[in-house]
Amino acid sequence: MHAYLSLENVGMEFIRGNTKSVVLKDVGLKIDRGEFISIIGHSGCGKSTVLNIVAGLLRCTTGGVLLENREVDSPGPDRAVVFQNHSLLPWLTVYDNVRLGVDKVFGKTKSKAERHEWTLRNLSLVHMDHAIAKYPEEISGGMKQRVGIARALAMEPKVLLMDEPFGALDALTRAHLQDSLMEIQTTLGNTVIMITHDVDEAVLLSDRIVMMTNGPAATIGQVLDVPLKRPRRRLELAEDPTYVHCRGEVLRFLYERHRHVEAA
Amino acid sequence: MTALTETHRTAAPSARFANLVPATVAWARNAVANTLPPLVALAILVGIWQLLCMGAGASLPAPSKVVTDTWELISNPFFDHGGTDKGLFWHLFASLKRVAVGFSLAAVAGVLLGVLIGQSSLAYRGLDPIFQVLRTVPPLAWLPISLAAFRNADPSAIFVIFITAVWPIILNTAVGIRQIPQDYRNVARVMRLSGPEYFFKIMLPATVPYMFTGLKIGIGLSWLAIVAAEMLIGGVGIGFFIWDAWNSSLMSEIILALVYVGVVGFMLDRLIGFIAGRISGPKARS
Ligand SMILES: Nc1ncnc2c1ncn2[C@@H]1O[C@H](COP(=O)(O)OP(=O)(O)OP(=O)(O)O)[C@@H](O)[C@H]1O
Ligand SMILES: [Mg+2]
Repeated sequence: MHAYLSLENVGMEFIRGNTKSVVLKDVGLKIDRGEFISIIGHSGCGKSTVLNIVAGLLRCTTGGVLLENREVDSPGPDRAVVFQNHSLLPWLTVYDNVRLGVDKVFGKTKSKAERHEWTLRNLSLVHMDHAIAKYPEEISGGMKQRVGIARALAMEPKVLLMDEPFGALDALTRAHLQDSLMEIQTTLGNTVIMITHDVDEAVLLSDRIVMMTNGPAATIGQVLDVPLKRPRRRLELAEDPTYVHCRGEVLRFLYERHRHVEAA
Repeated sequence: MTALTETHRTAAPSARFANLVPATVAWARNAVANTLPPLVALAILVGIWQLLCMGAGASLPAPSKVVTDTWELISNPFFDHGGTDKGLFWHLFASLKRVAVGFSLAAVAGVLLGVLIGQSSLAYRGLDPIFQVLRTVPPLAWLPISLAAFRNADPSAIFVIFITAVWPIILNTAVGIRQIPQDYRNVARVMRLSGPEYFFKIMLPATVPYMFTGLKIGIGLSWLAIVAAEMLIGGVGIGFFIWDAWNSSLMSEIILALVYVGVVGFMLDRLIGFIAGRISGPKARS
């Protein structure tokens, strides 16, 4: 039995000067193809560190990450990242931001016309095809995040990594984007790891929720299955007993068992 | 229906015309608002100068005297009587040529070195202290060394320009590169951009505003340095023209030359600003 993506005893230490801080210890997780996983935990516990290790942007100090049985040791478009603050390049238009990745990934396999087509297709997937000639500063925060998602999706990643993709957005925009993301997930069936602070977002979107203990030396405290049928609709779910149960589980984990010491 | 489109059609041109008139008026008003204050200020300053220097014993010529004294130079900037006896155009042209060569070399070297120390922290630690010391050396202090090294006036002047302009270009480029957000680097890493792709798609556009800050400071310093350097090395050039006029006690010529030096310096600054605007174009509208 081989998982599609597996984190094996991942540990991470940062050494600054002569102080060593252990951030992650023994993080182990197996993820199947097409699964949507959220990681939730208090601020500073090491969620971004986990994601960056899977992305290859950081090397873990112990253990390792396997994607289709190959060790991850450097970043690559097969593990595209949606960054928290969108990270669109301000000197490129919406179209060119997406096209940059498309050209890089499909430069040899697709013709120019096909790459153009593919760029537009991904932008329309996130409902941004009306603003392809705009520059990032000319569009709203929610739209920027949509473009960031399109840029990542257009690289046809094996795993889509999202670090609090909607963290900076207002509640309404956030709900819109969550709906878009679910819609995209239904059509594409991507494997996704998403970091979030938002309990409802985690329950609404995920197949499984990974809850992390507080640092230092944070690890996975509990993994919760979310056995809700798809497609999920937020209005109907509000009173669904499974939804309420899952939500309660996550809240209990965060606020009873692993209450953030400094947050009190 | 037809009647409606008919009236619409006839109404359209006059409406467009009606819009055109206020637009032109607004444009003209804007132009006046921008050019009038400096012109008035200039007139007042020249007027004060005229009043102060009108008396018989004044040590400096009044503006009216400057114009009458140098009318020959003003009216004919293109004469060439051989040697250093040339019109002001040729002097300015010679100075500009030196600046162009020295500054271009400084731009290329400065950007390359700036990229090097911005990109590699080892190079930064090694070179930055040296650059910080060297950049405080006044431009003219380099002149004896470069005269000794090149044994020739022209390359020495060009070297002085180079060494004057290169520091702000290096340091600003390096700052620009070091401020590239980690996120942009991460985007490049995830996409696996190659070295040259990273350079052209991310590093250069992210750094261009900083580079041009350096280039703008550099061109200003070059122009300051060339006038001083030419006073010392002689030959054709606006600096030498001023020195020559001083030796012949032609104050009016010096004042005229100063006006030209100022105007040319201003235009060089604007030129770099203009190029920066064209290169960053709509991308750097922030
Ligand atoms: N480069 C680094 N050097 C030293 N310590 C680091 C470094 N990066 C992260 N850390 C530490 O690791 C811990 C986890 O950081 P991380 O960014 O992964 O937390 P997080 O769970 O994503 O927090 P948040 O929810 O606020 O984004 C923090 O205590 C942080 O100080
Ligand atoms: Mg984080």
